[in-house]
Order: sequence, then structure tokens, then C-alpha cells
Amino acid sequence: MKTIAERLQEHGFFQGLPREQQNFIAGCGENSVFQSGDYLAREGEPADYFFLIRSGRVAVETFVPNHGALCLQTLEGGDIFGWSWLFPPYEWTFDARAQDTVHAIRLNGKCLREKCEAEPALGFELLKRFARITTARLKEARIQLLDLYGDRPPANPGAT
Amino acid sequence: MIPRIYRIERRTEEYPGAFTVHLAPNGEDVVSHDFSPGQFNMLYAFGAGEVAISMSGQALPGRSHTVHTIRTRGMVTSALARLREGEEIGVRGPFGSGWPLAEAANKELLVIAGGLGLAPLRPVIYHLLNQSKPRPIPRFRLFYGARRPEEMLYRSELEAWNREMEVQLSVDHADPSWHGNIGVITKPVSSADFDPKGCVAFLCGPEAMMRFSIQVLMERGVSPADIYISMERNMKCGTGLCGHCQWGPNFICKNGPVFRYSDVRNWLGIRAL
Ligand SMILES: Cc1cc2nc3c(=O)[nH]c(=O)nc-3n(C[C@H](O)[C@H](O)[C@H](O)COP(=O)(O)OP(=O)(O)OC[C@H]3O[C@@H](n4cnc5c(N)ncnc54)[C@H](O)[C@@H]3O)c2cc1C
Ligand code: FES
Repeated sequence: MKTIAERLQEHGFFQGLPREQQNFIAGCGENSVFQSGDYLAREGEPADYFFLIRSGRVAVETFVPNHGALCLQTLEGGDIFGWSWLFPPYEWTFDARAQDTVHAIRLNGKCLREKCEAEPALGFELLKRFARITTARLKEARIQLLDLYGDRPPANPGAT
Repeated sequence: MIPRIYRIERRTEEYPGAFTVHLAPNGEDVVSHDFSPGQFNMLYAFGAGEVAISMSGQALPGRSHTVHTIRTRGMVTSALARLREGEEIGVRGPFGSGWPLAEAANKELLVIAGGLGLAPLRPVIYHLLNQSKPRPIPRFRLFYGARRPEEMLYRSELEAWNREMEVQLSVDHADPSWHGNIGVITKPVSSADFDPKGCVAFLCGPEAMMRFSIQVLMERGVSPADIYISMERNMKCGTGLCGHCQWGPNFICKNGPVFRYSDVRNWLGIRAL
């Protein structure tokens, strides 16, 4: 079986990172498997982890009273889930539910934070990688708000 | 050019507000209606007017039938929507340039469609699947984005295509009964495994969706010269005479509707013409 460090190398998020840093981070990780319907994260609960999805599909959801779960986006192999461990209050802002069997690497957020504090160069590199992904997700969410396929664009997309 | 009279042989509802009609020439005078994928006809709803609608069926030589998928928008498309099987439509065409399939020879073809934009690309998919082996276009895949699963065109065909080619579907919104991707179609395009230097992309959908998809393709390293888009503008004559569809130096009906992105990128950026 492959080691966590080898699996980190395979995942796009850590690609190109020096081998020593991958090994250093691997100390925070473990393999995890979720069956369809299992939750990787629940809104409001402590956000202790960061997931590298290796395979399977994960629905990022929020619960709307009197309606049920509303899926905002799905993630799959090659994606990451969760950056709430980076910032106080370290709580998940959404639910994440496995839609089929999901294989992931689960990295401990506290352990990662400590490693980033101990090695600022690594911390900066990781933050740049997170920033790129959050920017892409923001852009995708904005495009979704445009309701591109509707008859006409919404009057004021994103207005609250 | 005078419209020929066609009869609606078959009419199917794709989803509320979008339907597909199979048209056959009326009467004895059977004419062939050869076309290239990407071309369009002017469909005439008697008493209401004419609109440009792409061919969405198979481009088979010598065939007299023509197939169109139409979304109800305003007066003319609503008049077309009210017509039932057996009723008549005026047809002029085919018009415009088609998708440059020859440009994709020996390359990978990325077909990227949004919403109703799958209609003008369906003849491309038929063409790709019908190629005799060894296939001139060896690798191809479809990325199709829609608002909701219920608002996807050709749903049973999508399933069948998925068995023969790679099909990536994504919807903006869905209830839990949908087990596919939720999110914008640009995401699967950005993470797909293709060689940006060895591919050609055909795009059709709302203009904003095409712009965002082009951004992603270019971020991946696809050359603007390898990206083709199909443009829509209101049309009158369809033959390059009235100037109604002018877009920069081009008439969309005659020089388009399919354009190479590198040739028109300056015009696509202009906010009002
Ligand atoms: C080359 C080409 C191929 C096309 N292929 C198809 C097709 O396969 N299926 C299909 O359903 N439609 C297609 N269209 C679009 C179709 O021609 C228009 O939706 C139609 O002309 C609308 O006419 P209407 O009288 O029903 O609506 P109108 O009363 O003219 O307009 C209703 C609303 O739709 C908007 N609108 C009208 N025409 C367009 C347009 N071309 N693009 C964007 N918004 C428009 C108007 O601004 C208005 O808001 C195509 C257009 C072109 C130029
Ligand atoms: S519609 Fe008349 S010039 Fe194009």
C-alpha cells in the first residue's frame, strides 16, 4: 500500500512541493474512506480536518429548514475540501456528504497549522495554493449566480 | 429566397419551454436538405415571422428531413411552439458556416455546450460517433452544462453517448435525486485531462458562458486559434443582404455563425454594437 507521502505527491494540491515538505506534511495525514451518505463535515461542528479527495464525489450542502439539504457544489477526485481549520472559530460552514464511496486523505488542521507556523516558507506556499483554489471557487460561485442559462440574467445577482 | 413548405412530422417536448420538431417537405416535391453541422435554417411561422434556428439532427447526405430544437422566447418562437404535428412551417436554408471539423483531424475535440447550445452541436456528436475507423478525429468528449437536470436537452441520448464517448455533465442547481456534478461547466473543463496543444474546442451556449469557458481553455494553454464559437444575433434575411446581423466586420449569417475565436476576440469584448 502507498504511503501518505506518496499519495500526497499524486494529488494536484501538493504537486511540485519539495519532497521533504511533502514528507513533513504527511505526518499530519491519514487515509479515510466514506460510504455513500456519510458526512465528511457538518455545518457548525469543529473544523479539525482538511480533505484531499482522491476519488468519489462529495456534495457541499447547506440545510434549508422546510426544504432539506441544498447542494451548492460537488467535488471529486483531485479536489480539496475544507479551509475552515485555517481561521477561527475553526468551524465548518457547510455540510460535506459523500455521494458514493469516497477515498480521501484527511489532514489534521491543527497539526498543519503548527507546521505552517514552524516553517513560514511552507505556510506561505500552502496559503498561495489555498488562495488559488478559493479564488477559483469564488469565480465559479459568481458564475452560478449569473444564472447563465436562464431567459435573462437576474436583476441583481448576488445582492443580499 | 422563398421558403419551402415543410410539415411537422414529429414534435417532442424537451422540457417546458423547449421542444424539438422533425420537419419533412410537404407534398410530392421531395428535396434533399444537405447541411453541415453548425448551419441553420430560417423557420417561418406563418403570420408571425421568421427566426434563425440551427439544425440539430443528423447531417446525412440526400436526406430531406430537418430537425430543430427551439426554445420559446418571444413572438415567433411562441408561434412555432403552438404548432402541432401535421401543421406547416416555412423553411429557408441551410445558411452559414459549419463547425470546422477538418481542423480537428488527428487532434482531440472538446465539445463544450451550455443550455440550448447543445442543439447546434448535436450534429457534430452524431458525426463523431458515426466516423468510420480509424477515426479522423480520434478523441472527443462532451462537456455539457445546464441550469437544472430537467433542463438538459436529449437526456436519453446523453446516456447513450456516455457509453460511447466521455460525457461530462454539470448543472447549476439540482435536488438530491441528481447524482452528477453540481457547479459550473468551466470546472470540469479546467480539471479535464487533455493536451492543450493537441486539441480543438467547439463552444456553443450563452455568450457569457462561452467567455468564461474560453478563459479556462486559455488558462490551460489552448491557443485562441484552436477555439471556435457559435454566435447568435437577431436575423432577417439570413443571406448577408440586409445587414441586420452585422457584428464588427462580419455578418453572422454569412461569415458565421461559427467563428474562430482568434479572429473575433476583439469584437466579443465590445459591450454594445
Ligand atoms: C445562427 C443562429 C442559430 C440559432 N439557433 C437556435 C436554435 O437552435 N434554437 C433556438 O431556440 N434558438 C436559436 N437561435 C435563437 C433564435 O433565433 C431566437 O431565439 C429567436 O430569433 C427569438 O425570436 P422570437 O420572435 O421568439 O423572440 P423575440 O421577440 O425576437 O425576442 C424575445 C427575447 O429574446 C431575445 N432574443 C431574440 N433573439 C435572440 C438571439 N438570437 N440571441 C439572444 N437573445 C435573443 C430578445 O432580446 C428578447 O429578449 C439561433 C439564432 C441564431 C442567430
Ligand atoms: S440577417 Fe441579413 S445580413 Fe445577416
